[in-house]
Order: sequence, then structure tokens, then C-alpha cells
Amino acid sequence: MRIFDPHIHMTSRTTDDYEAMYAAGVRALVEPAFWLGQPRSSVDSFVDYFDALVGWERFRAAQFGIAHHCTIALNPKEANDPRCLPVLDLLPRYLAKDGVVAVGEIGFDSMTREEEKAFARQLELAREFALPALVHTPHRDKLAGTRRTLDLVEAAGVDPGMVVVDHLNEVTVDVVEEAGAWMGFSIYPDTKMSPARMVAILRARVESGRGLGRVLVNSAADWGRSDPLSTRRTGEAMLAAGFTEDDVERVLWHNPIEFFGQSGRLLLDVPETDSAATFAGNSLLRGER
Amino acid sequence: MSSTIPSLDPALAERLEAVCLEIEADPARIRVRFPAAAREIGRTPGTSADVGQDRLEDRVRVRLLEALRRAVPDVERRNTEVHDLYRFGDADERRAVLLGLDRLDLDDRALDLVHDALRTNDPRLVAAALGPYAATHLEAADWRQGVLKCLFVGVPLALVTGLDDRADAELSRMVGDYAAERRAAGRSVPDDALPLLLPVRPSES
Repeated sequence: MRIFDPHIHMTSRTTDDYEAMYAAGVRALVEPAFWLGQPRSSVDSFVDYFDALVGWERFRAAQFGIAHHCTIALNPKEANDPRCLPVLDLLPRYLAKDGVVAVGEIGFDSMTREEEKAFARQLELAREFALPALVHTPHRDKLAGTRRTLDLVEAAGVDPGMVVVDHLNEVTVDVVEEAGAWMGFSIYPDTKMSPARMVAILRARVESGRGLGRVLVNSAADWGRSDPLSTRRTGEAMLAAGFTEDDVERVLWHNPIEFFGQSGRLLLDVPETDSAATFAGNSLLRGER
Repeated sequence: MSSTIPSLDPALAERLEAVCLEIEADPARIRVRFPAAAREIGRTPGTSADVGQDRLEDRVRVRLLEALRRAVPDVERRNTEVHDLYRFGDADERRAVLLGLDRLDLDDRALDLVHDALRTNDPRLVAAALGPYAATHLEAADWRQGVLKCLFVGVPLALVTGLDDRADAELSRMVGDYAAERRAAGRSVPDDALPLLLPVRPSES
């Protein structure tokens, strides 16, 4: 099984996770810029984080044979903090870089005016840099937030085919389908989707003739209780439910490549794993060099 | 590194010229063109462990820095722009800034960037830091430490600009101590360190 996890926060994960992911078939991933749990108090904090996403974390993933890409944005939650807002002026420098395959995570957390302003500005940046947009949908008031998201995408004149609306569920999938955007599902314990529910959604799509296109399945694994192998678990559940190997590869590999490939910036030739390599002098084999 | 790019593919030369003109018309454009240069203009395919490899994207980015010099006659403004390119650059971009420092007429204003690169353990940055700009502007004690760092992180000394001119008795002593420590530990001494063990001239201050 070949897997491209289109949404996973590796900065929060261990080398054990990288090893287990490789063994499970993960060969590529996208790490969206997001909230770190501990709120940032300055723009400099974002800069160091973005530098890590295009630098150290990409290097770390390569040590485990996994191609690492990222998305760059001011996340919805911190769009409410005036100390963080000026990072918007720095985003163009990062959106120009190789391996940055979308603007994200953008969208709504609490549906405030500040969030809407940052969201709209970053949709403009996605157009300017010809990048896809990765849109987070809120935990609370999700259906209304999803509808408002789709209105803003339309108002910004962004092609819905360049947008993935993420963290969908049974209640929010249809409005995104109708808008023509990509549908993202996070298989995440307790708060989001499970493999069984995901398979039921996929089966319903196939039975209604809508097929397996425009669907992205991710683990969204981060610093919370989450599972970086939930993509694999979903692939296994698909097979158990009678989907073919080709169907699984379509959803877990080809769809993410089709969506993020629109950036023209995928880096899928992972360098040969060299465990003695260093990034800015930091080897992962501490004590062995 | 020469400012002309030999055997330049005509389509690449055209893209490079267009971006240089864009920067000369609006210098702020370098903030997005410089990071995107490898993708938008041209790069040497693949990666290489050779820290001295002559890579197309390095040459392309140095040309963009030369366009910046033409576009921004005010040295303080130019200096700020160069510092920001380094500050917000990834390792490839920082390397290109270091390689281009001697083309920017900044006098010693960018020495802090050389110091920053020499503090890293990234051989590609250390090698780029000890080019013509450091040969001219880096003071003797820092320059000697830089040469010693090359030996530590595996940067071939052939990549250090001006080594024959600036090597002095103090560097010879430092390399001698380094060699003695390596030998005491039963480790080999890099071949290119050996010529430095012969004192060539009295130390600069």
C-alpha cells in the first residue's frame, strides 16, 4: 500500500512515528502550518516555525525515506491575535519557496471578523502564487462555518478545484461536493472521522455514481491523541469492505498528488536515506558521530 | 565564481534576463523571485554531497543579487534587503547570498552574515562563507577560526578564497595543534591541512 498523507503535523511526532509510517507505506506527506497548542506571541515565532517546515523537518523526513512538503499560512485561531497578524506581510517570501504546495491552514475557528479578514487575504495570496488552498473547518458550528468558507472562496474568485475543505464529516460533505471543491477527511480518534465511517462515505459516493475523485484522507496527526497510521487503517478498512487495491491507491496516493500537484512543486524524488547526513550540522544519530 | 554562466541554455538565459529586469524595475520583487529562482529560472538536477559543487541555482541567484545592486544604489537600503534575503532564506538561499556578497558593494556591512554562517555546522554554508568577501573583510582571528572549522566539518580548503595569501604563523600553530590532537586520538589528519603546518609568514595582528 502506497500512502501520501495530505495533512499531518510531523513537527509534533517522533522518529518512531516516521519509522512506523514508512513501514506502513507512507512515502510522502504534506505538513500544514498550524497552531502549536502554546499560543505564539510574536511574528518571529512564526518565522522560526516556517523555517523549520522548509528546512529541518523536510530533512528529518528524508532520513526516513519520506518526501516532506508543507503549506504556509497564518492559522485561523492566531488570526485573532494582533501580535501575530503582521506575519501576513511575510507570507509571500515563504509562498515563493520550493516544496510549499499550498496556502494553509486557513479558514475559520470561531468565525470572527478578524478570522474572515485573514482568510480572505490569504485566498488572494493563493491566487497570486497560483497555489492550492487548504482550508480548516471549525470544530464548533461546523456546517455554518463550511458554508461561509465556500462563500468566501467564491467571492475571492478562486477555482474550487484549487481548494480542499478539510475535517469534513457526514454532515458537511455534501455542500463541499456541490461547490466543486476537494473534500478532506481527517481520520482522528474521538473528535473527527473513523475508518469505518470513512468507508461508509466512500461507499455511498461510489453507489451514487460520484466515484472516488476529489477525496483526500488524512491522519491530521499532531500533538493531540492521534494516530499517524490512520491512513493505513482506512486503506485496510476499504479492502475489507470490498474496495480494490487500485481504489485504495487512488484515494491514498493518486488523489493527493493530483490535488497538490496543481502547485507544480511536489518533491517526490526522496534522496537516498543516509543516516549519517546532517542538516545545519544536526544529525539524528546523536552520540554516534 | 564568474558572473557569466557558461553553456547557458538560451531559454534559461531568457528567463534569467526577464527576472533581472523585473528586479531592476521594482527591487522588492527580489523577495519572491530569489526564493523561487531554482524553480522558475533553473537548477542543477538532483542533490550532491560535494560542498563545492558549482550549481546552476547558485549562479542564477548571484545574478539576481547583481541586479539588486544595480537597482538599489543606496547602500543602506541594499544592505537591509540583502540581510532580509538571508534572514528569511532557506539553506540554499542563504548559501547564494554568501556567494554573492562580494558583488554587492556593501563594504563590511554584511560581516554578521559571514559570522552567522560560520556558527552553523552546515558545510555548504561554511564553504560559501569563506569566499572572496571573507578573504577581504573578515578579520584575521575570525578568518583563522573559519579555516579551522572547515577542517572540522569537512570543507576542502581548496574552497577557501585567499588561503595562500592569508595563511600565517598563527594559523599554522592552530592547525598544528589540531593535527596533534587528531593523531593523539589515533585519527587521520586531512591531507589539505598538511601544507598549512609549514609557517609561511609572521601573523597579522
